[in-house]
Amino acid sequence: MAATSTRYILICSGKGGVGKTTLTANLGIALAKQGARTAVLDADFGLRNLDLLLGLENRIVYTAQEVLAETCRLEQALVKHKQEPNLALLPAGNPRMLEWLQPDDMRKIAAMLGEQFDYVLIDAPAGIEGGFKNAMAAAREAIVVTTPEVSAVRDADRVIGLLNSEGVKPIQLVLNRVRPKMMANQEMLGVSDVTDILALPLLGLVLEDEQVIVSTNRGEPLTLTGNSSPAGRAYTNVARRLQGEEIPVIDPSKERQGLRAKLGRLMQTKIF
Amino acid sequence: MTLRDVIDKLLGRQPASANTAKQRLQLVLAHDRSDLNPELLQQMRREILEVVSRYVEIDFEEGDVTLETGDRVTALVANLPIRRAKLPAPTPISEPTMESELSS
Ligand SMILES: Nc1ncnc2c1ncn2[C@@H]1O[C@H](COP(=O)(O)OP(=O)(O)O)[C@@H](O)[C@H]1O
Ligand SMILES: [Mg+2]
Repeated sequence: MAATSTRYILICSGKGGVGKTTLTANLGIALAKQGARTAVLDADFGLRNLDLLLGLENRIVYTAQEVLAETCRLEQALVKHKQEPNLALLPAGNPRMLEWLQPDDMRKIAAMLGEQFDYVLIDAPAGIEGGFKNAMAAAREAIVVTTPEVSAVRDADRVIGLLNSEGVKPIQLVLNRVRPKMMANQEMLGVSDVTDILALPLLGLVLEDEQVIVSTNRGEPLTLTGNSSPAGRAYTNVARRLQGEEIPVIDPSKERQGLRAKLGRLMQTKIF
Repeated sequence: MTLRDVIDKLLGRQPASANTAKQRLQLVLAHDRSDLNPELLQQMRREILEVVSRYVEIDFEEGDVTLETGDRVTALVANLPIRRAKLPAPTPISEPTMESELSS
């Protein structure tokens, strides 16, 4: 039965290495845990990693490639997560697929997934070329991931331009790898600097967190283990906000207590 | 300007980098968003100045023509301080006498 209200969400950034795949894995698990039937689609055919972050790399039998070629059924290619059966991964095919894959192919795959899932999360490749455009074709809305650095914000802006021209909306922002101390010291672009420049609503804010690396080592997203690390909580909150819950996003650089923090705030007072 | 900026200045320290980052980003994004290459922008500047100078005397040392950006909209902003207005340039056919004749 077709779920008419399926949400097709592209997770993209322009720049590589800012945290798209990490967000896709954690968000997928968090949504599944909250009861939503969720599919994660690895649209990064060149550098597929989503399987690895989810700990599903040894269970792949078929991929999107065989589904498109109709040499297997969708069910055969979907890899269900053992602990979180509401979540399934559709793995990326061979990198050589990039030579012939078209936007329509991605639309077709997304539509197939939409028949059985509430959420289809699409992990986009870096860049703004063909691979990205194919991934974008499968989406209705988007989450742009960026870090508070000039190069990442600039690339995010390019991507937002493309999303706008394709009519993908809403577009929401996740600010990743935030270091509250640097922000408080004005040595890192502030939260409102980034949201003002990109003119997007903030869906979530994720701190720089060592536990992210630990969790990728294990292939167990932070949201799976109920790990209460700052990043784990942030990813869970992103999922809840997507589901419509109103949870305020807290600016960590303004949250800090104590004399140093107060002094820091005093120093930021505008005097003229 | 914040208190920190003032203290940094007094102590001869480099200002905090976040603000520099923001300003540089805004400029580079203005160009990215406009798809205008630098040569075109220069050409446009020259032509704008030429047109405006026909009507008013401008002080371009104090002015500039830049792209500014906010809320995903890029605007061309010309800041052209006027020294004084020029007298309307007499055009060949409209001699003062002719004009009074026509308007009467
Ligand atoms: N909040 C974070 N704290 C620390 N490390 C992070 C965080 N988010 C991502 N990383 C690390 O950054 C790297 C790139 O992340 P990844 O999700 O693969 O980016 P992308 O998919 O955008 O290329 C990985 O090594 C990941 O562990
Ligand atoms: Mg990735």
